[in-house]
Amino acid sequence: MLAFVIRRLIGAIAVLIGVSFIVFLIFIVVPGGDPATRLAGKNANDQLIANIKHNWGFDRPFYTQYGIMMKKAFTGKLVSYTNQTNVTTQIKEGLAATFSLSIGAAIIWMAFGILVGVISAVKAGRWSDRVITIVALIGISMPVFWLGILTRYFFAEKHTWFPDGEYVGLTQNPFQWFWHLLLPWLVLAVLFIGVYGRVLRGNMLDAINEDYVRTARAKGLDPRRVLIKHVLRNSLIPIVTLFGLDFAAVLGGGAILTETVFDLHGVGQYAAQSIGAFDLPPIMGVTLFGAFFIVLFSAIVDFIYAFLDPRIRPA
Amino acid sequence: MAERLLDVKGLKVRFATEDGIVNAVDGVDFELDRGRVLGIVGESGCGKSVTAMTILGLTRGANARFEGEVDYKGRNLLTLSEEALRDVRGNEIAMIFQDPMSSLNPVYRVGAQIVEAIATHENVSKEVAKRRAIDLLRQVGIPRPETRVDDYPHQFSGGMRQRAMIAMGLANNPDVLIADEPTTALDVTIQAQIIELIDKLKDDFNSAVILITHDLGVVAEIADEIVVMYAGRVVERAKKRELFYDPQMPYTWGLLGSIPRLDRPKPERLHSITGAPPSLINLPRGCKFRPRCPHAFEKCIDEPRLESRVEDPTHLDRCWLTVEEKRDVRERTIEGELVA
Amino acid sequence: MATEPATTEFTLDTAQLLAEEEHGRSIVGRSPWYLAWRRLRRNKVALTAFALFVLVVAVSAAAPLYADHVAHTTASANHPTENVKVGSKIVPVISQGGTYTDPKTHELRVKPVNIIGPTWWHAGGKFVLGADENGRDNAVRLLYGGRNSLIVGVGSAFLCTLFAVILALIAGYYGGVADWVITRFFDLIWAFPVILLAIALGAALSINGLHWNLRLFHVNLESGSLWIPTIVISYVLIPYIGRPLRGQILSLREKEFVEAAVAQGAGPLRIMFGEILPNIASSALVFFTLVVANNILLEAALSFLGAGIQDPNPSWGKLISEGQDRILTAPWLTITPGIAIVVTVVALNIFGDGLRDALDPRAKVRIEH
Repeated sequence: MLAFVIRRLIGAIAVLIGVSFIVFLIFIVVPGGDPATRLAGKNANDQLIANIKHNWGFDRPFYTQYGIMMKKAFTGKLVSYTNQTNVTTQIKEGLAATFSLSIGAAIIWMAFGILVGVISAVKAGRWSDRVITIVALIGISMPVFWLGILTRYFFAEKHTWFPDGEYVGLTQNPFQWFWHLLLPWLVLAVLFIGVYGRVLRGNMLDAINEDYVRTARAKGLDPRRVLIKHVLRNSLIPIVTLFGLDFAAVLGGGAILTETVFDLHGVGQYAAQSIGAFDLPPIMGVTLFGAFFIVLFSAIVDFIYAFLDPRIRPA
Repeated sequence: MAERLLDVKGLKVRFATEDGIVNAVDGVDFELDRGRVLGIVGESGCGKSVTAMTILGLTRGANARFEGEVDYKGRNLLTLSEEALRDVRGNEIAMIFQDPMSSLNPVYRVGAQIVEAIATHENVSKEVAKRRAIDLLRQVGIPRPETRVDDYPHQFSGGMRQRAMIAMGLANNPDVLIADEPTTALDVTIQAQIIELIDKLKDDFNSAVILITHDLGVVAEIADEIVVMYAGRVVERAKKRELFYDPQMPYTWGLLGSIPRLDRPKPERLHSITGAPPSLINLPRGCKFRPRCPHAFEKCIDEPRLESRVEDPTHLDRCWLTVEEKRDVRERTIEGELVA
Repeated sequence: MATEPATTEFTLDTAQLLAEEEHGRSIVGRSPWYLAWRRLRRNKVALTAFALFVLVVAVSAAAPLYADHVAHTTASANHPTENVKVGSKIVPVISQGGTYTDPKTHELRVKPVNIIGPTWWHAGGKFVLGADENGRDNAVRLLYGGRNSLIVGVGSAFLCTLFAVILALIAGYYGGVADWVITRFFDLIWAFPVILLAIALGAALSINGLHWNLRLFHVNLESGSLWIPTIVISYVLIPYIGRPLRGQILSLREKEFVEAAVAQGAGPLRIMFGEILPNIASSALVFFTLVVANNILLEAALSFLGAGIQDPNPSWGKLISEGQDRILTAPWLTITPGIAIVVTVVALNIFGDGLRDALDPRAKVRIEH
């Protein structure tokens, strides 16, 4: 068990280093404007730029620059090139919105994903299954930002039933927090509900034909119990893996489109703004932050997987 | 006269598929008395598994159609409601399947799956059910059942898994145990042990057994009566002794010929039946075995009825050849092979 | 006598399996591609979806024809001061704002800029789906945008599948160090938040383009080039195809026919492309179809955030992005490109599902988002 943890940990660190290095390379290989000029601001002169270059280490070899940046990243001292704000502080400010959005949406998509999958598997081949399948297909075929723009337009602008974007802190006003997040939650969840519903339906239809389900029926179990204890229980195992990785991606800034459309000022939107401004340190910070969650959750998923499926449990 | 448990009359099962109607079972009759073992033998795809699963209503579905009667102690299982049938399944008639690995749910402990079988039909506490599960595992010959009861299926060997399946099948002391190819996935040495176990437990539990297999050697040991199926119908039916010493159907000869025998004076060549079973969607006219039968003649274009053609009235077959012709052919075949 | 149909235990699929088992050998001897085609032919929904996709492609490809002969304009031609005859009325394409006096309160009010909406066919083919704030024909821009979105979507899916297949073949066939390196590479891209990586790359490359002039290797892509989003999108999805294919190849590697080929002295290239590739071709084909759908969505997202297709080329995602500011006065600018995306992607997904079912009813090929 300990060996497993240590191996995962080393792997995680290696992946994080690799990820950061790739981000760094993207910005070295593709020079998009000299960062020193940006830092110097409007009243720059050559001397100032040269000083900045020296102080920030832009005149050193790229591996030294990379080392400096990593040191700053892990001590929380990364500073934006465009407006000199601390990246860690900025990410922290976006955390509440991003976490609220991700967790709420995840609960919705998991609950409805399972519901959709179970109903369409149970009604496989009937009209209700077909309707659900088509709706789920449209759900996964819709650009999330388009759906976001349309819902915001229709429910918050044309009719002012919902607040028009922005995030309100949970501690500030729980009701407004919920009210402001409801549309973004639903919009973000739609895609995943479609995906999970389809995957679960497929898994369940596979499981229904398994021999152990036939055994369960031959034992005289009632259909509901067969469905829940034998079909659903076994079909959910791959869903858990999927959920872990998707949740990590959304948590780590993957909800960039939803955050941007609803103006939630989360981590994803911060990344989008930094990318627009071609600002390396925040992009580096957010990417590491996102990769961290993906690596963390893929390890957690492995543990849960082993717990759910005794066949791969380490002895 | 032993108690009559099952009486299957004119059973037909048809499935609607994309390719057409599949006549999976096309007129099957047999009876089963308490304490007896009935063997159902045939190649894969001859409808023997469908027959067994239909007895328990496991083939029911929107695209399945049934005809005939499955009379279990006076009740027709074919028309019984699902709820009533669930009380029969696993409780009065239990079934075990071919592949013991995939037939046990990999994510639950073996004991829990036996407990589930008990708890479905009986209102007992968890502790009592678990103690009974341990007893059952001991009865089927699992060593150290107190600890193995908490193992997962993948921690069991193939033979042990099949023993666990049998324990699960017998958990509610059923009248009938249907074993569908219970030994096919196992090693030869284990096969014999499992068959002996089934035979012994049948007496311990005072049950009857339907043993389904493609291997006449398996039923040779314990069956009282044997039904040979081909293309969804019964082609020969007789007491075990009768069938082995005076087989009437050329198809049965083929099945018998494909098992090695030690009771013959000289080593015989094993011979196999050439060709493949017919499609159950487009069955050949007349005798269904005709296209593969080396002894077919004009008369075979009409299908013979299943009736007794020998002295023993319980020995039924579907072949136009006269008894004398058959005995003659059999003698010549065996001699011919000995010469060759 | 017929019994009550039970709930779901016995589905058509099970009956089908049973039927195949029962008359097992009658279908042996036909090529798997023929069998797949036979199954696909029966799947009318999938075929309709494919026809729909072909229609979208054909219509988008005909964008210049439509612009010339129907709408009589180009994708970038502005018509801010023109009038169009809609039915019997003369309507300005853009009615300029200005002020007016409210007849009741006599207050001075600002008139919003009014853009012509969809005329359908009442204006002789002009502004069928309305105009944008510069008086450009929305339908024409939608077709040109579709052309770009489809080129990027299909092109990136092709590149992606190609690289994934090659990497998976090398990793799965050679194993050892090659496998380790390629698997790590997959892991690395996998660990990236896909959309962040794509945006970072897309944004970085869109500023100055990509210029690599090594000795033998010249790459010169201008910042507006369609190649940039194509390459970026193809790159980020490689592990999503490469990983499952590698798994398949690893198990194929152990199969007897590969060993037989080795025993006959076949070289690595012949084994990889002659023996293994045909066996993963059906999975790769299904992946390709589903990745096209996925990449059209990804392109839209990138273009929406300004990291995808660059000016002056329109694309569906960019049209949505441009239209969203005017959603209250000209909602068609946002709605129509979105519908175009949904129709195309739904068609591809349905066809991809049908293709997967036809090629291998038991396969579990799927794209995870």
